Amino acid sequence: MAKRKTTRVALTGNEAMALAMKQINPDVVAAYPITPATEIVQLFSKYVADGEVDTEFVPVESEHSAMSACVGAAAAGARVMTGTASQGLALMHEILYIASALRLPITMCVVNRALSAPINIHCDHSDTMGSRDAGWIQIYTENVQEAYASVIVAVKSAEKANLPALVTTDGFVLSHGMEAVEIFDDEDVREFLGERKPLYNLLDIDNPITIGPLDLQDYFFEHKRAQIEAVFESKKHIYDAHREFEEFFGVKLPVFVEPYRLDDAEYAIVVMGSSAGTGKDAVDVMRDERGIKVGLLRMRIFRPFPFEEIQKYLSKVKYLAVMDRADSLNTMGGPLATEIARALYHLSERPIIHNFVYGLGGRDVPLENFYEVIEKMQWIAAGNTPERMVDYVGVRE
Amino acid sequence: MATKKARTLRDLARMKRALAPGHRACAGCPFPVILKILMSATDDPLVIANATGCMEVTSTIFPYTAWPVPWIHNAFENAAATISGVESAYKALKRRGKIKTEKEIKFIAIGGDGGTYDIGLQSLSGAIERGHDFLYILYNNEGYMNTGIQRSSATPMYASTTTSPAGKVIPGKLQWRKEITDIMIAHQAKYVAQASPSHWVDFMKKVQKALETKGPTFINVISPCQPGWNYPPDMSIELARLAVESKYWILYEYRSDANNGLGGYKINYRPRKEVSIVEFLKPQRRYRHILDRPELIKDIEDHIRRNWERLERLEKELPLEE
Ligand SMILES: Cc1ncc(C[n+]2csc(CCOP(=O)(O)OP(=O)(O)O)c2C)c(N)n1
Repeated sequence: MAKRKTTRVALTGNEAMALAMKQINPDVVAAYPITPATEIVQLFSKYVADGEVDTEFVPVESEHSAMSACVGAAAAGARVMTGTASQGLALMHEILYIASALRLPITMCVVNRALSAPINIHCDHSDTMGSRDAGWIQIYTENVQEAYASVIVAVKSAEKANLPALVTTDGFVLSHGMEAVEIFDDEDVREFLGERKPLYNLLDIDNPITIGPLDLQDYFFEHKRAQIEAVFESKKHIYDAHREFEEFFGVKLPVFVEPYRLDDAEYAIVVMGSSAGTGKDAVDVMRDERGIKVGLLRMRIFRPFPFEEIQKYLSKVKYLAVMDRADSLNTMGGPLATEIARALYHLSERPIIHNFVYGLGGRDVPLENFYEVIEKMQWIAAGNTPERMVDYVGVRE
Repeated sequence: MATKKARTLRDLARMKRALAPGHRACAGCPFPVILKILMSATDDPLVIANATGCMEVTSTIFPYTAWPVPWIHNAFENAAATISGVESAYKALKRRGKIKTEKEIKFIAIGGDGGTYDIGLQSLSGAIERGHDFLYILYNNEGYMNTGIQRSSATPMYASTTTSPAGKVIPGKLQWRKEITDIMIAHQAKYVAQASPSHWVDFMKKVQKALETKGPTFINVISPCQPGWNYPPDMSIELARLAVESKYWILYEYRSDANNGLGGYKINYRPRKEVSIVEFLKPQRRYRHILDRPELIKDIEDHIRRNWERLERLEKELPLEE
């Protein structure tokens, strides 16, 4: 039961994210429109125009400048948010690394959309996967309810860890899909987050600091090492933020991963984002109607990579199908499979892993994709060796 | 605003706010002088965003910093976007009662010509159009000096750089520089000026005017580069002076609200006697290959004449009264 009052409203993913931003009432929002995330920026500008927030809204001329202004504002001590997708995230790429290395807890709503070319506006994870080594916390959500709550908890996580965080929804599937969502009161959200208390800031004129100096061979590695350590430590901060969220609101969120019917599973599927919902239905059908011992692990947080949770839930399964909604163009499939294999490789007990790339450019992800994946794993279980490390599902070949 | 009065070099020398000794700018580099004039122009607290380039790399090699004021370097092309974030944070935090100081903080972005004319033009354009309250200082050494003297769109015609080298067939760069100061005027920035460290009182007054003006302002300061222009290191300020005296570098200012919003121009310095452009070109080895090519020198002279005449006409049509 929720400890705080909630109200049930019908919202799309974009509306829910914009609403969370309104309730947070950040000091500064700098953003630029791009389908399918445009509405977040539009709705937020309307909140500003109507005086529902007193945020300083910076309607920049590009995403590169959006992230650059976010860096400036966060370094000045502000609580800062933005939103984007796909090409916009790619255009920010250079500055994403600067935001994290300067340890600035910026929170960004990302609507996943395929990267060009060919140009497309629909969902896959190639955009955020392209930023996977940028030092940002990455949270992928399954539904609108979770997207709403995740934006709030991401701000808390980011500020505890002093690292930037992004929360994603699957383009159109969630961003434009409407759900009944339980929302909190504005005051509760603001009380939960409190004020950002930066250690240093540019506007403290009595204590002038130099941010972003040239750092050469004699210090760079130590500083990078310290940032890497901050990412190690961020896991604890993320757990703490989620625990506090649960204590405050009385609402439980999965943290890094969400296991589904995995207890006695021989087969398991790993998937991220909205497809997990379909995957869980497919698991039900395969278990209850076909008698296959199959379960699913949804990855909610991809950065920092939850290798311990993966080991805990997946080392005992025999056949593991990792589903990637992006391809690394390296002839081995997607990044999720590569990293999961690394997480399990040194264990004495570990599954046989095969990778499936699915749903690129917004290709629909029906139950059949999951059946096909498990059928392939059964074929492997029967002693067959796949020609490649990766199969492509739902595509005409 | 708390402006300071410095009319003699002795006054200037006494002013304390400057880059700390030990910065690693080249011998003879004028930008420490430019920064001293800039930071001495006011007592107000300053926060500075600096683009990647010579100034940033020579003033902040970790664990040292030469900056006496809060300073941020983000990347090469985004000093203006960065300062717009800082300035927006200031507005928001002030509104929410979270700024400790009562004094009014002033915001300055500084970039080289590469970070301003070229890769940073978009972010500068956006920040000016949005009307942030900041001063943009362009220290103009007419090339990408930090990376080894490549051409920029500020590099003048016929100058030899490492990517517009003078060769057997091609005499250095083949394009006129684009007029960034005009581009800023076209943005209707509130106050726009060109300045030179050789005429430091004029430069300091311009900084004061810019900082007193609400909204975006822009000053383009010539900054001779010893290794880039290739001249004896004791000549930097002298070259800046020759640039002004030969009308190669015109000291002028523009206010967008003058003449009931038509804008107003003022040429701040009219050289009293003719100084040949050759005096300016000759000490610089980047022009060595044209010194015996009078037709190329004439091109430059014609260009200078056109620019001067154009500005005089603008000033006559739309004078800026003090
Ligand atoms: C996106 C990007 N491209 C290229 C560079 C390499 N780079 C660093 S400084 C610089 C030139 C700077 O020139 P300018 O702005 O004129 O300043 P100066 O070094 O002359 O002071 C270049 C090309 C970079 N840091 N970032």
